[in-house]
Parts: sequence; structure tokens; C-alpha cells
Amino acid sequence: MSAALRRRAVLALPYAWLVLFFLVPFLISLKISVAESVIGIPPYSALIDTAGGSWGLDLSGESYRRLFTDDLYAVAYLNAIKFAAVSTVFCLLLGYPLAYGIVRAPRRFRSLLLLLVILPFWTSFLIRVYAWIGLLKENGLINNVLLTLGLIHQPLILLNNAFAVYVGIVYSYLPFMVLPLYAQLEKLDPALLEAAADLGCRPWRAFLRVTLPLSMPGIAAGALLVFIPAVGEFVIPSLLGGPDTLMIGKVLWDEFFANHDWPMASAVAVAMLVLLLLPMGLIRRLLQGETA
Amino acid sequence: MSSPEPERSAKAASYLRIEGVGKRFAPGAAAAVDGVSLDIAAGEFFALLGPSGCGKTTLLRLLAGFETPDAGRILIDGVDMAGVPPYRRPVNMMFQSYALFPHMTAAENVGFGLRQDGLPKAEIAARVAAMLDLVKLGPLARRKPHQLSGGERQRVALARALAQEPKLVLLDEPLAALDRKLREETRFELVRIQQRVGVTFLMVTHDQEEAMSMASRIAVMSDGRIVQLGTPQQIYEEPASRFVADFIGAVNLFAGRVAGAAAGFLQVDSAEAGTTLVVEHAPLPAGSEVAIAVRPEKITLAPASTAPNRLVGRVRGAAYRGEASTYEVELAGGKLLRVTLPNTGRRTEGYATGQGVMLAFAPAAAVVLPP
Amino acid sequence: MTHRLSPFLAVMMAVGYAFLYGPIASLVAYSFNASRLVTVWAGFSTHWYVELMHNEAIQHAALISLEIAVTAASGALLLGTMAGYALQRYRRFRGRALFGTLVTAPLVMPEVITGLSLLLLFVALEQAIGWPRGRGILTIAAAHITLGTAYVAVVVEARLAAFDRSLEEAALDLGARPFKVFLVITLPLIAPALAAGWLLAFTLSLDDLVIASFTSGPSSTTLPMVIFSSIRLGVSPQINALATLFLVTVAVLVTGAGRLMRTRDGGR
Repeated sequence: MSAALRRRAVLALPYAWLVLFFLVPFLISLKISVAESVIGIPPYSALIDTAGGSWGLDLSGESYRRLFTDDLYAVAYLNAIKFAAVSTVFCLLLGYPLAYGIVRAPRRFRSLLLLLVILPFWTSFLIRVYAWIGLLKENGLINNVLLTLGLIHQPLILLNNAFAVYVGIVYSYLPFMVLPLYAQLEKLDPALLEAAADLGCRPWRAFLRVTLPLSMPGIAAGALLVFIPAVGEFVIPSLLGGPDTLMIGKVLWDEFFANHDWPMASAVAVAMLVLLLLPMGLIRRLLQGETA
Repeated sequence: MSSPEPERSAKAASYLRIEGVGKRFAPGAAAAVDGVSLDIAAGEFFALLGPSGCGKTTLLRLLAGFETPDAGRILIDGVDMAGVPPYRRPVNMMFQSYALFPHMTAAENVGFGLRQDGLPKAEIAARVAAMLDLVKLGPLARRKPHQLSGGERQRVALARALAQEPKLVLLDEPLAALDRKLREETRFELVRIQQRVGVTFLMVTHDQEEAMSMASRIAVMSDGRIVQLGTPQQIYEEPASRFVADFIGAVNLFAGRVAGAAAGFLQVDSAEAGTTLVVEHAPLPAGSEVAIAVRPEKITLAPASTAPNRLVGRVRGAAYRGEASTYEVELAGGKLLRVTLPNTGRRTEGYATGQGVMLAFAPAAAVVLPP
Repeated sequence: MTHRLSPFLAVMMAVGYAFLYGPIASLVAYSFNASRLVTVWAGFSTHWYVELMHNEAIQHAALISLEIAVTAASGALLLGTMAGYALQRYRRFRGRALFGTLVTAPLVMPEVITGLSLLLLFVALEQAIGWPRGRGILTIAAAHITLGTAYVAVVVEARLAAFDRSLEEAALDLGARPFKVFLVITLPLIAPALAAGWLLAFTLSLDDLVIASFTSGPSSTTLPMVIFSSIRLGVSPQINALATLFLVTVAVLVTGAGRLMRTRDGGR
């Protein structure tokens, strides 16, 4: 087999697969988002109307009209951005010291400490979220401990509210923040900090002026890796959230599974995708910079 | 060799023949290798010398078959290498990074090529053992690369490149990864092995000392071209251009204009030298711009009052180097010269900074170069 | 560099690890609780493990999930290795930008979007060409292959980027043909990345609720789907027991893999 032919074969198979199972599906949901919801199988109107021998394009803006006029969607949309953004910040605040500490730890402990961060990621996501129900509910572990210690006299309401959703997102996505941060910080030459100290810079200032600016690509990558999937999160708001924590991912789910409104679910997906297109473009850049 | 028909070249004496080879990595980009022609005889130790980015490594990779030339032909033992993939070329390469397979022992690395040739196991084992003995690594045969020192790895790489008994071995900066002391010892070792095996070595290096001390012939490269070809002595003593004179060792250059010529000597007016210099050279038309090149060790201090090319200056700095001392001398016009004097006695008094000195060089010690 | 952590950093790390492992520890502890109420400690018991052993719904779902995960991870390994290789080695080809986007986008794409659009694809395909007939294990596996391919590709691409190309050139130079070079040099050296990629794809598939929910059919309820509906019904110590088994398996696999890697790679 010639080199060119071999090359083409290696490329063609994954390319074709991803086009068919990733790109085409989005085009289809784009198409269905402008169809009308009907009762039937499948529950949407045909886009190209061939009735009566004449061809006509049958576009419906109904789903998008509802998307923009019904407050439910706007609230869920903004909620998703808010929850994702705030959780990203908390992930950074918790993850940065963790990543920095691992880099500064003695070499022989480093891979173990890193492994301990990754390990939860290898266990079931669903079960990790479930663990928080046991901790946060009214008669859960946290309330029990606080009551026993006499710190509170009535159980706190920790579950089915915004707090629980934040905890859930930060907990689930923390490894995604720590890993790129670690990768970035590990590349940092310790001599830079020594040079800064030698030039009269105190440790804290050296961190602000040298370490922090040089770890920006890691921060950006980590933030995007947390933010993007968190925006579309469904499991966490539906298990830990309450009525005031409606997020767009759960709305999409409900439109599809509860209301059977496929065009509406598609329109929600398209709207979410529009929001995420830019961050997703950025992440590709950052990941490419990583390997180049 | 299966694919192309062997095509015997007229000149059988040259084992490797490079004819007008050119390579450009992107259309419109500067040529990495630009019309290089070269003949290398069997058994030679040849060095391609040049600064980084001069195209010497690209030329090596063209010979190995990792790159395809845009122009020209490469003939090895008379066979055109066009279209011959690396795995069918009668050439082996020693990589700068050594490229030892990390998942194989030293012996497995050395035997890799032999296994590709499909030799019987016993023969492979015998040949591997012989090769490891040649590089004095017999006891370390079962170590993996990461268990070997830098010098040991270098020798495994050499043994691997020699194992298939190629006629031509390409060496890409073979000593660059070693520390200074080991590098100097290994120079002699490499030459000794090359002579014993009787193979042709083509070495790429940016280190002029390395090239001069090991190679029988050197091609100096710059910007993808060969700018001078010759024995180490020719390259050093008769540089063809300012670039070569400057790249190979240290040199003092005087800009000047030919004032006259007589009996194999040339008078050159040089404002920088502050006088008319006399150099041994064939006649040139009066008024031509030239550069006079003089090596630091060919300048003498405190010359006889009758010596030609006498210059007056002041010592600006001195560096004691053990076997010799190097002085920086400023001439009256501000021109800085470098002068090297051997420390012949144990208590030789050097010159102090600020001291006024007279210096001179013989008319035969200087080289006339294009400006 | 001195290896003394500042007190601030040490405290923050302790907080971080406590946050990561506290909930997991509580899961394990309560899996051995005799009481049905997760909150009250009523003595040590393996009751919930016994009950789990007799829960046929969970066992059936686990088998389905395993079948899907093995299929998906293997498919993703093949496609992802090719994709990662192409991205790293083929510097220039038409549609490279699109290909790069298609490979990385599934990594971060919210699962609800991926799940919904894949379902719409399967429905459209069934309408157009009659395949796939309904949805089930096959469609879930196809969806998971897509997701896993992205992960494997990224892992392989990163490994190849750190790979010294001159190793392959040296093998060519010593007379090995390109395919042989791939087999005896490239493949053994990227094997750890391939193993990691397969495991990653396997775990993702085993763990996925959202995409599987969209692309599953009536007879293909996966383990996460069973867990999700039972959590929705209320806390059940059986889930704790299941979680503990999960953790033990992962811990054993990871330490085993770590051992293997260390002995294979030696000091590298």
C-alpha cells in the first residue's frame, strides 16, 4: 500500500465516523428545531412538504418564538450560565492551591497526589453526586454532626437548593480544573521563582508576578473544561437542585422526555450550542497549544 | 537492492556522489539545501561543518532518505537513490539524540537491523557480541538505554549503526550530547573504530575543532551551500572567504585597498591597521577592496625593528588559558586585535593591561580575502 | 527548590483532598450500616451487599452496561488511535481544522446536546434507510464510540507529540518497513497511552447516564439508568454497596496498572 493511500485510510475512517455521528446529528437537530411539534412518530413535522406534487420548504419559528418569549427558558438559560460560572470560580479557588501544592510536593509523592485527584473521576459520576444527598439532606451526616456538636439547633436546609448544586458541580468537575493547572505549573522552571527571590521579590509577590501570569493558559483551559459541560449539566440540578435551580440542560431533558416536544428540545440545544461555540473554539486552541 | 536498476556512474572512485541536490521545505521558503555537489571516496572520514540552520542536517537526512530532494541526484556506490526508501538504502545513521529504542536492551538495539535483514539467530548473536566488544560495551549488553550513561548510549548508537556493515555511516552531531572531557576522548575512539572497520563516515557537526581533529576532509556549509571544501589544514590556513575564516577559529580582519604589487607581494593600504600592509599574494589590480586575515597565533609581539607589518597598540585585556595566553590589543585607530602567545616557560611574564606593545606578522602569515 | 510547603498551601491541600474523599468515605461507611436509614449508624452489616447480589434488575443492567462499555471502548480505541495519529502526524490535509474540531468537541459538549442530536440522527436514519431498527445496545454503543474516540484521540495525540520521531526514523534506517516500524517501535511505545485511552473510554461508557438515556431502547436499560431511577425514588444503601464495589474495582485496577507501568518503564 502506498504511503498516500495508507494515510488516506487512517484519516478517512475516524473522519467519516465523526462526521456521521457528531456533525450530521447537529445539522439534524438544527433542522428539527425549525419543524413543528406534532403528535405522531416521530413527533415533528416534515420540513420539506411534498404534498400535492409541489415542493415547499416548511419552516416554523414556533420553537424559537417560545424560546424568546417564555421566561422559563431565559431564566433557565441565565441560571445555567450563573451556576456554571460561579462553580468555575470555586473550582479555581480550590483547584489552584491543590495543583500548586502537588507541584511543590516532594517528587516521590507527586504522582500519588495527582493520582488521588484523578481517581474519583474513574468512579461513577452518578454515585459521587448521590453521596452528597446522604451528606446534605435534612437528617444527613452534616446536619447530624452539627446538631450533635451543638453548633446548630435546627437542621440546616442544604439540599435541593442552589448551595447543593454549587457543591455538586464543584465536586464533580474539580479534577478537570486541577489537571490542566498541574500540567501548566509543572512546566514552570523553579529557577524563575529563585530568580525573582534573588532580585528581591517576596514569595507572595513572586507568586503574583511570576507564577500566576505564567499559569494563565492552564487556568483558561481548566476554566473552560469546567464551564462548558457545567452549562449543560442535567444530573446535578435534577438530583441536588430544587425549584429555584432550573438549568437549561434539565429544561432540554424535560422538553424531550416529559413533553415529547422534539422541536422545542432541539431549539434549546441549538441555543445552548450558540452560547458554547466560542468557548469551545477557545478550548481547541488551548489544547492544540498544549500538544504543539 | 530491488527497485531501481543499478546505474553505474562513470567515476567509480567516489563512493557517495551528490549532484546539484536542492531541498526547499515550503514553496517560496529559503532553500535548506541549495545545489550541493560532493564526491566522497570509500573509507573517507568526511565532515559537513557549519552553523546551525546551514542545511547540513537536512543534507544528511536527504542521504538517509528521510527527505526527498527537489533537485539533483544522490548516487551511492553508483546507484541512484531516487525513490529508494530509507529501509532499503545501504546507509546507516547515528542520530544526534541516539534514538535508542527505550523498550529494548543494548543488545536488542544493536541487533535490530540484523533482525530486519532476517539473519539466523546465531549469526545475529555473534555479530551483536562483536559489535558490543568493538565499542567496549560487552558487559552492559542486557541493560536498557535508561540504565546507561550518556557515553555508553552513544557507543550503543554507534554499534547499532555499524552492525549491518553499511558502506556509509551518517553521524549527526555524534559527540554533541557528551560532556567536554568525554567528547575529546571519544574523538580518537571514533576515528580508531572508523579506520578499523574501514567504513566511510559522513559526520555533521557545528564544532570546528571536532571537524578538524577527526575528518580527513571538510565541507563548510552556509545557507544551504558548500562554501569551501578541503582538508582541515586547507580550510584553516587558506580560508576562501571571510565567513570561513571567521567560522573556523578566530581571525583578525583588516579592511584595505590594494596600493601596488611586486614580486609575489601585495601592498595594501589599511586605515584600520594605520599603515600599509605587505602580504604574500598574486598581483591584484591597484585600488581593489580586500580584507587581510591574520590568525591570532600568527601575530608576534615585540618584533625586531626591521620586521614588516609592524603595528603599535595597547593591551586592553588578557586571558590566561594555560597552554597559551590571549591578548586583546587596541591599535591607535581603535581597531581591536586578538593575539595568542604560547606560554613556553613556566614563569613567562605576560603583558599587563594598559601596557603599550609593538606587534607584527609575516607577509606569508596573512590571507587576502574578498572584502 | 525546597520541598517545604507553606502552611497555607498545606491546609488548602488538606481541605481539597478532604472535599474529594469525604463523600466517598461516607458512601463506603454507610454501605456497611445495618439500618436502612443512611443517617443512623445501627451497627456493622453486610446486609446490603447480600441484597445487591439478589437484585436482578441491577445485575441485568450491569451486564448490558459492560457489554456496551467493552464494545464502545474497543471501537473508540481503533478510531481514536487513527484520529490521534492523523492529527499529530499529518500536518497538512484538507479539512484539518474541521477534523480537529470534530475530535475535541465531544470532550466538552454538554451531554444533553450530544444525546439529543444522536437520537435524532438514529430516528432520521431509521426513517430514511430502515437502520438502525429501533434503539438499543447498538445505538448506545455507537454514541459511546463517538464520545470515547475523542478521549482516545486526545490521549494518543499527546503521547505522540512527546514521541521522539527519530526513533521511527532509526528503525526505518535499520531496514524496517513502515508498517513494521509502527508495530515494533511506535505501538509498544504508545501502548500505555492506548491502555489509558481504552480504560477512559470504558469508564465513560460505563458511567454515562444522559447520552444512554436518549439513545436507549426499551430493552436496553443500562446500569446508570437503573441507579438514577432508584436514587430518584430515595436513598438506598444498596447503591452505597454498589458504589463501594465500584471503588474497590477501580482502586485495584489503578494500582495494578501503576505497578505494571512502573516495572515496564523502569526509571523513565
